Amino acid sequence: MLLEITNLAKSFAGPEGPIEVLRGIDLSLGAGRTLALTGESGSGKSTLLHLVGGLDRADGGRIVIDGSEITGLDDAGRAALRRNTVSIVFQQFNLIPSLDVGANIAFQARLAGNHDPERAHALANALGLTDQLAKYPEDLSGGQQQRVAIARTLAAKPRLVLADEPTGNLDEATAAAVLDQMLALVSETGAALMMATHSPNLADRLDARVHLSLGRLA
Amino acid sequence: MRIDPILACLMLAAPLTAPVHAQGFAGMGAEAEGFATPKPDPDFDFPADHGPHPDYRIEWWYLTANLDAPDGTEYGLQWTLFRSALAPGEAEGWQSPQVWFAHAAITTPDRHLSTERFARGGIGQAGVTPDPFRAWIDDWHMQGYTLGDLSLTATAPDFSYDMALQAQGPLVFHGQNGFSVKSPQGQASYYYSQPFYEISGTLDLPEGPVEVTGSAWLDREWSSQPLSDDQTGWDWFSLTFQTGEKLMGFQLREDDGDPFTAGTWIMPDGQTKTLDDGALQATPLEVTAVAGREVPTRWHLQLPARDLDITVAALNRDAWMATSVPYWEGPVHVSGSHAGRGYLEMTGYE
Amino acid sequence: MNRAGLAALWSFWRRNPLQLFTLVAGLALATALWSGVQALNAEARASYDAAASVMGEGRYDQIVPRAGDTIAQDTYLALRRAGWQVGPVLEDSLTAGETRLRIVGLDPLTAPAGLGPVSQAGDTPLQTVLAEGVLFAHPGVAEALRDATSQRIVADAALPPDTAITDIGIAQRVLDRPGEISRLIVAERQPMGRPALDRIAPDLVLQPSRQSADIAQLTDSFHLNLTAFGLLSFAVGIFIVHGAIGLAFEQRRGMVRTLRTLGMPLRRLVLLMGLELLILSLVAGGIGVVLGYLLAASLLPDVAATLEGLYGAQISGALSLEPVWWLSGLAIAILGTALAATGALWRIARMPVLASGKARAWAVASTRARGLQAAAVALLLTASLALVTVGPALGDGLIAGFAGLACLLLGAALALPLLLDAMLALAQHRARGVLWQWFWADTRQQLPGLRLALMALLLAMAANVGVSTMVSSFRLTFIGFLDQRLTAELYVGVDTAERAAALQDFAAPRARTILPLLSVDTRLADQPTELYGARVGPSYADNWSFIADDAGTNGRVWDRVEQGRAVIINEQLARGADLWPGDDLAITPDVTLPIAGVAGDYGNPKGQAVIGEALFRDLFPDIRATRFGLRTDDPGDLRDALIEDFGLDPGQITDQAALKRFSLDVFERTFTVTGALNILTLAVAGFAILMSLLTLAGMRVPQLAPAWALGVTRRALGRLELLRAVILAALTLLVALPLGLALAWMLLAIINVEAFGWRLPMYLFPLDYARLGAFALLAALLAALWPARRLARTPAAHLLKVFANAN
Repeated sequence: MLLEITNLAKSFAGPEGPIEVLRGIDLSLGAGRTLALTGESGSGKSTLLHLVGGLDRADGGRIVIDGSEITGLDDAGRAALRRNTVSIVFQQFNLIPSLDVGANIAFQARLAGNHDPERAHALANALGLTDQLAKYPEDLSGGQQQRVAIARTLAAKPRLVLADEPTGNLDEATAAAVLDQMLALVSETGAALMMATHSPNLADRLDARVHLSLGRLA
Repeated sequence: MRIDPILACLMLAAPLTAPVHAQGFAGMGAEAEGFATPKPDPDFDFPADHGPHPDYRIEWWYLTANLDAPDGTEYGLQWTLFRSALAPGEAEGWQSPQVWFAHAAITTPDRHLSTERFARGGIGQAGVTPDPFRAWIDDWHMQGYTLGDLSLTATAPDFSYDMALQAQGPLVFHGQNGFSVKSPQGQASYYYSQPFYEISGTLDLPEGPVEVTGSAWLDREWSSQPLSDDQTGWDWFSLTFQTGEKLMGFQLREDDGDPFTAGTWIMPDGQTKTLDDGALQATPLEVTAVAGREVPTRWHLQLPARDLDITVAALNRDAWMATSVPYWEGPVHVSGSHAGRGYLEMTGYE
Repeated sequence: MNRAGLAALWSFWRRNPLQLFTLVAGLALATALWSGVQALNAEARASYDAAASVMGEGRYDQIVPRAGDTIAQDTYLALRRAGWQVGPVLEDSLTAGETRLRIVGLDPLTAPAGLGPVSQAGDTPLQTVLAEGVLFAHPGVAEALRDATSQRIVADAALPPDTAITDIGIAQRVLDRPGEISRLIVAERQPMGRPALDRIAPDLVLQPSRQSADIAQLTDSFHLNLTAFGLLSFAVGIFIVHGAIGLAFEQRRGMVRTLRTLGMPLRRLVLLMGLELLILSLVAGGIGVVLGYLLAASLLPDVAATLEGLYGAQISGALSLEPVWWLSGLAIAILGTALAATGALWRIARMPVLASGKARAWAVASTRARGLQAAAVALLLTASLALVTVGPALGDGLIAGFAGLACLLLGAALALPLLLDAMLALAQHRARGVLWQWFWADTRQQLPGLRLALMALLLAMAANVGVSTMVSSFRLTFIGFLDQRLTAELYVGVDTAERAAALQDFAAPRARTILPLLSVDTRLADQPTELYGARVGPSYADNWSFIADDAGTNGRVWDRVEQGRAVIINEQLARGADLWPGDDLAITPDVTLPIAGVAGDYGNPKGQAVIGEALFRDLFPDIRATRFGLRTDDPGDLRDALIEDFGLDPGQITDQAALKRFSLDVFERTFTVTGALNILTLAVAGFAILMSLLTLAGMRVPQLAPAWALGVTRRALGRLELLRAVILAALTLLVALPLGLALAWMLLAIINVEAFGWRLPMYLFPLDYARLGAFALLAALLAALWPARRLARTPAAHLLKVFANAN
């Protein structure tokens, strides 16, 4: 298994005591597989993705990615994880505003030290971004920005792609197009994908689907 | 009688102490510490008594003139030298307690030009010598071999004059042979005049020189405490009538009650008749706003003993002396029972 | 509606106390520096006025002796008798016990109204002043005077320090100068027809009021200097305020939109925001004025020492400020706020209701804006060049010089963002690693936000480089000058001509050389000048160096001076009268000498001229030397002999080392104020950087979060933030250094010439600059440390919020 999650728990401090967001999640995902994570707002989807992506620390349980346990990693270890193994596509604020599109696409791959200009170019081409390479993020539409984020993620050749409502800010037609491109490219690169969404239609297009409710898998 | 010097004494203090007139003009009403005081029945010694009397607090050489230009314009002229002693006696150099100051003015029907000078005694900047007679301050002088034959000059930023005077009559003594009483309480001064000058000379005015002739009147007076506490100011007249007769008269206004009046009726030959308190009545007929004050510029004068009933009107109602302590002094016309002209001086109008 | 609107607007500041603090502190600092300098100027001016009201200098023409310092009283009387309305003044110094004070005697009757005792006496009647003799003395010297004279003393704080005024008769007695007068004050109105002055008193000259030794004019340059510094500090502070207001208004666009949507009229809203700023500026201005008072009070003693040392102008050591000063401090705070807020308010007023409420943050300047900025820079720098090169010819060179300085500084400040952007672009282009590329790109993006703080830093650093270069160049030149001039080992002064003769007899066998210091105050080429008669010897010939001389064509300068065939003048006189070697100079109406040399003179702003001793004694037989320089190999022994055998007071002997020490001390104190203001300005600039970084840190989370999410640790981000601040400071320093040197050149070659009449050689002090650079980098590092630490410790949750789903 590429990803194995065991009894994962996380809570946040709230005004009336801790709020348990994840209460013992068990989950696994094989290499090259795609998994939809559905659930209401506040059900814990984003938190789960953040934990898996090494953006946050779990309170309990284990996350093992490609045979390495990440739950115990320090800041630097988790930064390395984000550079090399996992990559995340967010709903918004994905891009580095001070870099142009080309630099944004290459950014993570170069951080990880596996930048391949041809691959980046191919991805940009596939996502219809060839004409936008010299532009800056603020000059792009929402759909274009998300395409840049996807290109950047895939250019870094992560084993695991995490996506948090990647099309949530887009209109329906654009959303469908962006998702199509993402799924096609993910399967092409052979990466695994875990995507949080609350759209059943989107979820149906992935290999499997789990539903989060009140911090537990249903 | 000229009472300006009393003001002028205070004027010395004025630059120091701003408004000083808290007690009327009573600064001089105070006891004359160490100063000599006038005594009745004086025995003058001329020409020595034309010179200064440093043991008395105040003294002046006061000349006014009514003048005519060839084109018929009337002018008034004033030249006054005051002496004021900070302490009795004289000393050499800056240590002298004597202070001198002087006023000069020219009045026309529509203009009044005036100026003033200050000097320390003891250093030669100002003074008076009796024989030959010479009174001076800075470049001004009134001098001659005798008092009867004088030259007179004064300069100012906007005028100057150079005059010659010849006396045509004797000196005139006021009060009791020159002992002039100023209040019922007995304040008095030594006071005599030379009212018989013929005068001629040149006035230098901004528009050019003017040759003038006319008559002039010189007053000499010295004392140490001429005012009583409740006297607030005075109105003084020196008039020459077409008959050749002259009148010197003044009233000292009281806080409350009737003014104290006195005067001298002068015959054309210089004979005099002293006027006692109450003989002369002076009533304002018209007041003029001058320098922010109400000053009477037309008077009704009555002297029943002489069948005198006249109106005295200012040639120029704005004859205001804008000197350190200001007062009104200017030429007047006389009409009524007697016609003539002369000078009027008024002080103490606030 | 107003209350609700204000409450909503105010809530922003409650939520952002840091920005509020920046705004208030920036404004308070700006106001403090400005009003502090104004307070110093006001105090000094009040002191000059007090002096002028005694002396009548500046207001009235004066009549002074053509040479020397005495007018006979008979001459005064002759003038009065000729109609001249003049008032006598006798002025001299008197030693009462340990205290040296100035006695001014006037005649209250002839002094123009408002002068001297006439105005000072207050409640004292003239009778007392004249008849009894009263001295009105500054409280500082009243006690000493009481012991020295039996005259009545009245202490009066309105008098200039160390001064007593009295009737001229008393002054002549107390000073033992009977029948003597120093000068005459000429009344404004004079009678017509008076004769010309030279017909009455050919030895006197009329000195028009504007040319009289008017201390206020002399010191104008010093005050202009202070004012310029005050203005610079104020500008730096206003930069901060501008930044704070601009940011706050951008961030409140959303609130403005909401309030307008809820029905608040735009006009009302803008008014409320104006009112809010008015309240803030009053509070900050109030704090600033109090700080300014404290600043002025702490600097005043140094300013007083400077003015006395440099110009002989005396000012009192205590601040007494008029209400108008406090009000003007508040006014400048309001004005500064208005200046800083106009643009922001204008943008709010122009914003459509439905415009995006999102802060535009710090959009990168458009190409068009950059073009405009570059044009402004070019214009300002051209204007600066023009002012410096042709300005002096057109009018007041000092004003032109300062205006040129202002243009240069402003132009450079405007050019800074463009230059930095270019440098950063180059670095980005050159960068290898992706992280570095991002770093440079991100630094460039931050420029607009840090622009104002960096401009402030640039100005502060340039001023520092410029002023320290000027002061240090001045110091080197001055020390060299002292070594040249102070050649005698001992300097001795006696009271009378008889003692002087005795001293010469006594010293002749004991000293190697006796140098009498013969001098007289006079006017040469219409400039007030001290004329010296020199006993020419190796002391002069070996030590004096000339800025310009004609030795090459006419032979040794000092030989000709000794023979009475030439004169040497100082630079001040040369520049003031435009006289140089080869030109002729009339020493007296009958004697004219060619100028053989022009010597640098850095002690005072007055003109000086040196002729041979023999000629001097011919021309001024009444002037006797009472001060002497004694050259000896054993100053200690000679000093002892002079005290024990000749009976001099130790106070009458000064040795060379003490004199140098004293001169250098005066020099150092002269620039204490400048130095203090310099440091303060730099501190304000550091504060600006800190506040800008802190404010930006909050806004930068969305920019940094993606990099973090992609695998850059928070610690690394923090380190980069630190590095960024240091690099920006370093790049700014790179611009500041040449700017500062240009500034120093202008100060030395233009401002100094105009203000003091001397041009100084410029030296470079690389070590000083390195120290300043290190200081600036350290300041930037310190300023960046806190925001960087905050960033490195930002909780992940905080960063994650950036990516939180909107739904």
